[in-house]
Amino acid sequence: MLGPILETLIGGLMTGVLYALVALGFVLIFKASGVFNFAQGSMVLFAALSVARLSEVMPLIVAVLIAIVIMVALAYAIEFLVLRRLVNQEGIILFMATLGIAYFLEGFGEAVWGSDIYKINLGISKNPLFLFEGIFPGGLLIDREEIAAAVACAILVAGLAIFFQVTRVGRALRAVADDHQAAQSVGIPLNYIWLIVWAVSGIVAIAAGMVWGSKLGVQFSISLVALKALPVLILGGFTSIPGAIIGGLIIGAGEKLAEVLLSPMLVKWFDLAGGGIENWFAYVLALVFLLFRPQGLFGERIIERI
Amino acid sequence: MMKYVGTAVAVALGGAVFTAPAMAQNEQFIPALVYRTGAYAPNGVPFANGIADYYKLVNARDNGINGVRIVTEECEFGYATDRGVECYERLKKNGPTGAAYVIPLSTGVTFALTEKTTTDQIPIISMGYGRSESRDGSVFQWNFPLLGTYWTASDIILQHIAKKEGGFDKLKGKKIALVYHDSPYGKEPIALLTERAKRHGFETMFLPVTHPGVEQKATWLQIRQNRPDYVLLWGWGVMNSTAIKEAVAVGYPREKLYGVWWSGAEPDVRPAEDGAKGYNAVTLQHTAGQFKLHEDLKKFIYDKSAGSAKWEETGEILYVRGLINAMLGVEAIRTAQAKFGNKPMTGAQVRWGLENLNITEARIKELGFEGVMKPIKVTCADHEGARTGRIQTWDGKNWQITSDWYVSDDNVIGPMVKEAAAKYAAEKKITPGCLTN
Repeated sequence: MLGPILETLIGGLMTGVLYALVALGFVLIFKASGVFNFAQGSMVLFAALSVARLSEVMPLIVAVLIAIVIMVALAYAIEFLVLRRLVNQEGIILFMATLGIAYFLEGFGEAVWGSDIYKINLGISKNPLFLFEGIFPGGLLIDREEIAAAVACAILVAGLAIFFQVTRVGRALRAVADDHQAAQSVGIPLNYIWLIVWAVSGIVAIAAGMVWGSKLGVQFSISLVALKALPVLILGGFTSIPGAIIGGLIIGAGEKLAEVLLSPMLVKWFDLAGGGIENWFAYVLALVFLLFRPQGLFGERIIERI
Repeated sequence: MMKYVGTAVAVALGGAVFTAPAMAQNEQFIPALVYRTGAYAPNGVPFANGIADYYKLVNARDNGINGVRIVTEECEFGYATDRGVECYERLKKNGPTGAAYVIPLSTGVTFALTEKTTTDQIPIISMGYGRSESRDGSVFQWNFPLLGTYWTASDIILQHIAKKEGGFDKLKGKKIALVYHDSPYGKEPIALLTERAKRHGFETMFLPVTHPGVEQKATWLQIRQNRPDYVLLWGWGVMNSTAIKEAVAVGYPREKLYGVWWSGAEPDVRPAEDGAKGYNAVTLQHTAGQFKLHEDLKKFIYDKSAGSAKWEETGEILYVRGLINAMLGVEAIRTAQAKFGNKPMTGAQVRWGLENLNITEARIKELGFEGVMKPIKVTCADHEGARTGRIQTWDGKNWQITSDWYVSDDNVIGPMVKEAAAKYAAEKKITPGCLTN
């Protein structure tokens, strides 16, 4: 019994890393602009579609480089056409704007790149690894693609941490995140910062899109994976990069263990019509955490004078 | 500048409205509920293309059905039940006689429309989907699950497995899992599997996958841990390719994996590449490949650059299924015209046509579908019309037929249909009976 539980736990943690990759994009934009970017899932889809379709006619590395250019251009377009006109507007207005961007990107992406299922081949074997076969009958199953995702995630987090903590732009980003108007008053160019942060978020979307695309095939449903980033953010906090990672791991492991261990029991005890609980269980888990830490595990505690 | 652009757009739109020809009285309107966008588009697009091309062909080659030209309008609903119902409501009254029939290509929409179409008197053609008990035309007078229901599909798969094992008695003690889309569609085979399990002593395992089906890791870890002897797959769209990929990831043999006919098309296996090799699916009679009808499609449609798909896609499974579905609808209208006259038919008249549909081997040949499908004869008692299928296997590049024809066992399914239909009739206060017109 221990073998299957361990296997589920490892599988869940690995899936959690994939959720964290998507959640990172949300955190970056929220940190810098206080905007909950509903379009992050669509950006992941658009980035994955770009890489997949371009790699059909050129080497993958070139396709990725061109996709980076596309995502930076997209960031510029969003900043120039949408955000610049909404400076100092209520957060809900900016959120609604990202909602519009999400629907536009999904439709535009499908119109330009097509709605079929496309492939991204990272050259990683699809056959699983089996570890500790001597200890557990059949061994512990590990997915090679998920190991690659974990490595990609670690590199990204390290890079982002350095970017935020050490560079001048990173410090400016943190200042903007604290207060738009105050940052502007000390000469930090808000538009430039927003452009940078949306571009970085676009690049994170490429990484997430490539990993998810390689795993699932690139098509519309990838944008729905972003919905799995929401409980991760609720749990980890909207402003914390480590929170996104830890939140991803907890949600990934929690939902998989619940589906494998709890779901059959619930179906048996209550004679349920369906047993697929992992989708909503992730939110229940996040809500339970909220009862004890309303700001999330790593989120900033907001205290306002009234 | 914007003002001028706006004016130009308004003039153009106004012009379009006023210059659009009024719908002629000798036209047959058929609505097309499609999903060319969204999570299920890879499967929705080829099916919609097949249907559209068949209508175009009938108009271009035959000048319509006995001189009545087909007019169709697509409504995009993205496989969302609420939007599908909205599309139906918007299109049902179009044309001189309203919608001839509706093809929802969604079990959810079929469920939602079942009562509405009874009131509106518009038949539903749910070829290969919908409620399995809806084959009982005395209760479901307006539903036509032509060519096969999910009980037929699951029964054929079980017969094939039993044959491989040496008979149904050899299934005793075996474990058969069902990985299903957690929706009315995915749950349909559960009743048949439960009934067969009771009769033959095999164990069942039901594993739901939530929409759209991209998260299946936990499901397949359970498969790995429980090691069922066979797995049946009841998915749609990206759920299918994800399931096959996850089967590869946990090392479950694809040879023991059997999909329903909605899990057995090219978009389901191609993303998994070599991993899908050996995967099986039951056919809704036909498999992939071009046939006699394609000569006409090329001559009248594709050589004139009027095709909806790329030419090389016209042999794909879901495109062919679209052609068959449209052909059955057109033949139902033709059957109705033989009784009511060569003019546009009302939904009620087409319903009569569907209930008296009799496509013989000779007619199949005439229509250019020889070798693609078997004869079908619909009656009030049997809105399914045919219950045959084969098993096909993906060889890494193409689907290959790997079994003989099977016929689902009506000794098992018949009483189940009767019981479920009677229950539905009691719930909805329907007095069972056959309509005469």
